[in-house]
Amino acid sequence: MIEFEVPEKITGILNVIETVAVNMMRPVARYFDENEHEIPWDYINFMHTATKGMGGSASMAPSTKKEGPRIAYQRLASMVEGLSWGDSGMYLCLPGGMLGSAAVTAAGTDEQKDRFLKRFSGDKPVFDAMCMTEPQAGSDTSAIRTSAVLDKETNEWVLNGEKIFVTSGHKALVDSQGFIVVWATIDKSAGRAGMRSFVVEAGTPGCQVTKLEHKLGIRASDTASIVLQDCRVPFENILGSPTVETTTKGFKGAMATFDATRPIVAAQAIGLARATLELVKEMLEERGVKIRYGLPRQKLTSIEKDVIDMEIQLRSAWLLVIKAVWMMDNGKPNSLESSMCKVKAGDVVNKITQKAVEIMGPIGYSREFLLEKWFRDAKISDIYEGTGQINRLVVARQILGYRSRDLS
Amino acid sequence: MYSFEPTEEQKMLMDAVDRFAETDLRPAAHDAEETGGFEQKLIAKGWEMGVLQASIPETYGGFGDRSVVTGVLAAESMAWGDLAGTMAVMTPGLFTMPVLLAGTEEQKQKYIPPVIEGIWQPYSVALVEKSFDFDPNDLSCTAVLSGDEYVINGEKIMVPFAKESKALIVYASLEGKTKGFILPAGTQGVIITPEREKWMGLNALPFHSIKLDDVKLPKGNLLPGDFEPLLDSSRVAVAAMAIGVAKAAFEYSRDYAKDRDVFGVKVAQKQAIAFMLAEMATEIEAMRALTWEAAWMMDTGKPDASKQAYLAYMGSVDMAMMVTDRAVQILGGHGYIREHPVELFMRNGRGFAAFTGLAMV
Repeated sequence: MIEFEVPEKITGILNVIETVAVNMMRPVARYFDENEHEIPWDYINFMHTATKGMGGSASMAPSTKKEGPRIAYQRLASMVEGLSWGDSGMYLCLPGGMLGSAAVTAAGTDEQKDRFLKRFSGDKPVFDAMCMTEPQAGSDTSAIRTSAVLDKETNEWVLNGEKIFVTSGHKALVDSQGFIVVWATIDKSAGRAGMRSFVVEAGTPGCQVTKLEHKLGIRASDTASIVLQDCRVPFENILGSPTVETTTKGFKGAMATFDATRPIVAAQAIGLARATLELVKEMLEERGVKIRYGLPRQKLTSIEKDVIDMEIQLRSAWLLVIKAVWMMDNGKPNSLESSMCKVKAGDVVNKITQKAVEIMGPIGYSREFLLEKWFRDAKISDIYEGTGQINRLVVARQILGYRSRDLS
Repeated sequence: MYSFEPTEEQKMLMDAVDRFAETDLRPAAHDAEETGGFEQKLIAKGWEMGVLQASIPETYGGFGDRSVVTGVLAAESMAWGDLAGTMAVMTPGLFTMPVLLAGTEEQKQKYIPPVIEGIWQPYSVALVEKSFDFDPNDLSCTAVLSGDEYVINGEKIMVPFAKESKALIVYASLEGKTKGFILPAGTQGVIITPEREKWMGLNALPFHSIKLDDVKLPKGNLLPGDFEPLLDSSRVAVAAMAIGVAKAAFEYSRDYAKDRDVFGVKVAQKQAIAFMLAEMATEIEAMRALTWEAAWMMDTGKPDASKQAYLAYMGSVDMAMMVTDRAVQILGGHGYIREHPVELFMRNGRGFAAFTGLAMV
């Protein structure tokens, strides 16, 4: 039966999230925007303790083994939306399993899941990260050059290469005993079929953070460059199959991860968009402008039209996210829906934050308020975890029944 | 809980409606548009699908309880076949639904069964007025209580099946509020313009304008209930039909693009076209979700249901224009030729902005 009632288990957690967002994120959001590369430890430590107490961490790799209706990804998307409403840069500082864990969950064995993921339930906050992008390879992930060669004598993989734009890379390798998941090729001639992912733990010799980026927005979150120089990891750290098959299984591992993570990244966009829309309506109302719903378009003011359109776009984009995670929870293939919701959410958060700054004029542009920050924070949602264009490509291939060689 | 899965019953109804839309409506749509009408037996067949009957309780001759969700599912499915045909089949609902939602028990007993039991019969509605900023909540047509009668004055346009209808719901402003009145055929003071109205689309539906000149109706012909739920019902119905038409346009242009050769490949293999299609599919899906949620909120009596129905309507109208325009664009010159249905989809796509009141679920 078609229904849209927020499950009770999610409502409860959302109340806690809102309290955190209002009390621990909003008051310091501006500070961490203006003091890039400082780490919001108070919030991180609180969230580390609190998420354990809540019984459901905001991990990108939620446990799906629980009894009863499966809502793990629905809950995760809702929590991420709620935290991003507080501050999307600080949300990204969340300990306890982000994109790296998602890759381990999607492609790892049970032994690997146990070995790599249990560190998140320790006393101290621990971080993880995903290393895909390289200086010469962004959206075209099959062009990555980082290599992994098996040293048969020691039974170790030897990694060499440079990774950039690694979200939380510094926190995963330097500020905690975390890990990164590195995408590398074990056979350059095999193209995508040769791509594999490797877990590199903090403290591994030959793995170094070389740079922290200065960004347009989401400045509370660190974005690192990482160099791998004869970096050796045990044979067992390869996720998925260690042999090159004729199929593109390795590459598909990365893509399967995206099916799970794209809706979560979309949820981040939605939280930020909702924060913006709520603030704009509040500011307008303080200034005597109340939105009149139900009128024909011809009777609406320009601002009313804008705000009503923002609401339409926000709500419908959120429902696409919910549909994608609902499918995930119910074991339905969701490549199409997951990319669709990312396309839509990436668009919507940018349109809403851009329109918000426009509508509020100098107030929107002022750093006295958060609208200009949110405008800057929003842009990343249309870029990372697949740009809007890459996600359009994925959607297009799905609806046309094309493979990458048919449409590239 | 969240769920995007229709019930088994809803799936069965959608399957039946899909079949009717594909094998009956779509093949007839072009000729109906060009010649100005559908064959009666096609409308009768659509009526036998029982979409409207399924939302009327047994007490009043139907065989189900009203479910807005079921209504929007069926409306989308049927509108995929053809919009004018769907509206023709569903027109009697524009009479029964207001009685069901805003009528007294006596009115329901008296007026619904004759429409619902048996074959399709013309019963219709007069809501729309001739002004650019037509607002259903702010009508020019007025009703005034005079003794035991309401006296109605005004002009209405876009009345489907106006000539043959056995009765209409006519909407008028009573003390500043929009109210529905039951107007039987042949009532004195009702002047139906003999010439059919001509619109950019919907040529398959006979529309006429009517004048109401001191039309006197007994007190008992007033539907006492609020107008808001009727407007909500119309807005989600229009939204659902807009989604159905958009889906038809998307699928047609997608299939064409996969078939059409250009520069040694299929035109769908060009990102300029593929990305348009990706966005069309995404927007259809987004507005469908919004419309489903609005329908679910109406079924469950959520306080914000009216607002949500409005948002779903506004969003779907824009989406339908965007999608149908792109469908014509993807076909290029061929899209402009009436042999292909996309130009009709586009004319309908623009029309949704003016169709409030012409569909209800």
